[in-house]
Amino acid sequence: MSRAALGYTVLIICGLIAPFVLYPIFLMQALCFALFACAFNLLIGYTGLLSFGHAAFLGMAGYMMGLAVKQWGLPPELGLLVGTGTAALLGYLIGSLAIRRQGIYFAMITLALAQMLYFFCLQAKFTGGEDGLQGVPRGHLFGFISLEDDRAMYYVVFAIFALGFWVIHRTIHSPFGQVLTAIRENEPRALSLGYDVDKYKLLAFVISAGLSGLAGSTKTLVLGFETLTDVHWHMSGEVVLMTLLGGMGTVLGPVVGAFIVKTLENRIGEFGQMLATYTGLEWFRTIGDSVTIVTGLIFVICVLAFRRGIVGEAMALLRKARA
Amino acid sequence: MAIFGVPLQAMFGQLLLGLVNGSFYAMLSLGLAVIFGLLNIINFTHGAVYMMGAYAAYILMTVLGIGYWPALVLAPLAVGIFGMVIERTMLRWLYKLDHLYGFLLTFGLTLVLEGLFRSVYGVSGQPYPVPDLLRGATDVGFMTLPNYRAWIVVASLSVCLITWYVIERTKLGAYLRAGTENPQLVQAFGINVPLMVTLTYGFGVALAAFAGVLAAPVIQVNPLMGSNLIIVVFAVVVIGGMGSILGSILTGLGLGIVEGLTKVYYPEASSTVVFVIMAIVLMVRPAGLFGREK
Repeated sequence: MSRAALGYTVLIICGLIAPFVLYPIFLMQALCFALFACAFNLLIGYTGLLSFGHAAFLGMAGYMMGLAVKQWGLPPELGLLVGTGTAALLGYLIGSLAIRRQGIYFAMITLALAQMLYFFCLQAKFTGGEDGLQGVPRGHLFGFISLEDDRAMYYVVFAIFALGFWVIHRTIHSPFGQVLTAIRENEPRALSLGYDVDKYKLLAFVISAGLSGLAGSTKTLVLGFETLTDVHWHMSGEVVLMTLLGGMGTVLGPVVGAFIVKTLENRIGEFGQMLATYTGLEWFRTIGDSVTIVTGLIFVICVLAFRRGIVGEAMALLRKARA
Repeated sequence: MAIFGVPLQAMFGQLLLGLVNGSFYAMLSLGLAVIFGLLNIINFTHGAVYMMGAYAAYILMTVLGIGYWPALVLAPLAVGIFGMVIERTMLRWLYKLDHLYGFLLTFGLTLVLEGLFRSVYGVSGQPYPVPDLLRGATDVGFMTLPNYRAWIVVASLSVCLITWYVIERTKLGAYLRAGTENPQLVQAFGINVPLMVTLTYGFGVALAAFAGVLAAPVIQVNPLMGSNLIIVVFAVVVIGGMGSILGSILTGLGLGIVEGLTKVYYPEASSTVVFVIMAIVLMVRPAGLFGREK
């Protein structure tokens, strides 16, 4: 058994016993965000495209999934399909506009187009505006597996995550993925070697958007609601943070980053209390209300001093130890 | 009298509002373009420093009792110095890296600044009074013109044009343009390029803070006023391209007016029209209206 296969086996076993140890709802949420971050990483880490509008795919898929299940009465598996399909289609539209410009313009365009969708969701009837889309039923998967039980739901989410992760893993390690890496390293050279760079970029964008949509619609299925938070630009920033913190261009980095950021967001109030007790500074007690300050600081620290991220640094250390 | 069923008065009113918004777009996109030219960084913090400018004016008034006119100078100065500190301590380390790191760093800073102001002042807006001199409105025949809004347009256009003159027509501007083209060579001629970079960043930031002070009396001063604006300004920058200074000013004003007109004829689309125009420009002329991209 190779070292990588061994590692993945251990991870799968951990994933299977996790709901007996940790709170399943938290785990499911974290897994959805982990898939979201992995999908995002396919662009930033392996194609060199910084999309700052990925919230659009997460959120729109969530809304469409909710709509399909709640209003149209579709079963959950078809709802997930509707959500994923919507995100992929949206990815095709946004992607084909955004790849017309390179570099930092790409980030600005995706950000602007995602903001347009945010305003659309704010005004449209079916999203429920500020109230959000509430009361999405979990239903029965394939008509006979009840998802009302959190454990059953967890294993479905885990399977979805594993499927998405496998798709990304296959994409990265395929000849197609090699071309993407070539584009990231040197776009003019890839072009001069005869690769239709735009087509490759667009396909990568659509795959990434579709998987983000899968993550978003799964999240709606788990939580039973979808709100504007998921289409807001803060969410686009959050997925960048998860990927940056975990390690851009590493396979497991985004998963690590997503779990850390989600844990932090859930526990930051308690952490602030603790700091206040130890340091005697009362201000720390308010930190729970302003998560953005902490996420912003992590952003700044990562960019200034920690650009390889946690998994990236760990791998660099391993390599040094071996050499 | 009416145009397509809209009374002329209402029409001119919305046009003026559009022009006011356009002035803000123009000032912010101008600052972004100047900073990008020399530092190669898209300054996401631009919205946050605009917000800080408004808060600086608010704090000057409520804490120190300093009124609007001194604040118009002091607030941009203070925020500009803050910007220069940021440049010296943080941005400096990123110049050799990919553009995206500068974008991400300034994004993180934006979150921190917004969070800090929100934890101190809350999310609700703070009122800032219109200065006595500019209260009321003037009847100019075809419409009643609110004095303060007219002042915003005049003040910001003057600042934009002065900036254009300094950069395109003076020796200082020539150094700046040369630094944008080839910093190593300019450095070799004995010009202190790092200092120039710091000052440029400070100037761009001060320009945004100036816009913030101008905006304070017409909108409620609140921590999120900047980030809502900056994303539209990004779209403006994509539409105009960052190649030309006059181009940035014209694009900003023009889009403000288009937005104002949309508010008259199809209000539902007024928040998205700039993004739609961006999409169309990307299809027809990807480099932007005034762009000089390779």
